[in-house]
Amino acid sequence: MKRKIPVVPCSGIGKSLGAAAREAAYILAEDLRPDEAKVVALSLLVMGDEDTRREVAGGEAVAIDGCKLECATKGLASSGAFKVHKVAVFEVVKRHRGLKPEGLCDLNEDGLKLARATADEAAKIVDNSSGEGSHA
Amino acid sequence: MPDLPKKKVGLISCSGEEMPEGTVTRRAVRRVLDTLRPDDTVTLCLPLFLAGGEGERAFARYYPTIAVDGCEKRCAALATEKYSAKPAASIIVTKIANKRSCGKMGTARRLNAEGLRLADEVAGKIADETDRLLKKRQKGVLRKVGGGKS
Repeated sequence: MKRKIPVVPCSGIGKSLGAAAREAAYILAEDLRPDEAKVVALSLLVMGDEDTRREVAGGEAVAIDGCKLECATKGLASSGAFKVHKVAVFEVVKRHRGLKPEGLCDLNEDGLKLARATADEAAKIVDNSSGEGSHA
Repeated sequence: MPDLPKKKVGLISCSGEEMPEGTVTRRAVRRVLDTLRPDDTVTLCLPLFLAGGEGERAFARYYPTIAVDGCEKRCAALATEKYSAKPAASIIVTKIANKRSCGKMGTARRLNAEGLRLADEVAGKIADETDRLLKKRQKGVLRKVGGGKS
């Protein structure tokens, strides 16, 4: 059985780019690649939850970060992921200059468009990943 | 007299992206920050806290904090205690949901009406705890937020 690639979004609640990162993870795992990707909570990962770490350890994973602090990438890297693919919303937004994302709990239309654009980039990564891990 | 910094309460939500209860924590904390107690609260970012954010850790060492967790794993409370100091208050969404026999609250991505009501109730409890910690008396204002059974 093919291993679902763990997708870890930013957990921040103070910026709309963080909200877009989270929404992108849901779009990816629920709409675009439901059989290939699954959302994993950053807090469980960094607190060392055994089941969560087992899902991540030794395999590829996707981090979707809202800001330059890159907490999701760091969390995955310190949890034994074999390869961490980074998707940075703060870079995606530069490629879609017309968008003005707003909202922290509920994104505005531009925020949702940004989330979709981010999810599309993440989907390409999932398509190109081997889908293999030590716990396949 | 020196201009001392205003005492505030730090709110740390688990954010658990895998489960609707995590979404309830985020929405509840935002409601307190934006609407219910904007002058009395700040948010501490849990991942940043865990990644070694010294500003976040220092705040939690010297100011009271409220950990808002989605489930009994209590990531926010345990992280705060591990890296700074024991939170002054701890709120667990599943406990509140069980107490009020909450039905399905939607998904992690989209809360339904029940989930939104629960988030309002949790926000009310956070605001109450904030008042208690700051020794403010605003009884009767928030207890019925969300129309929850108390």
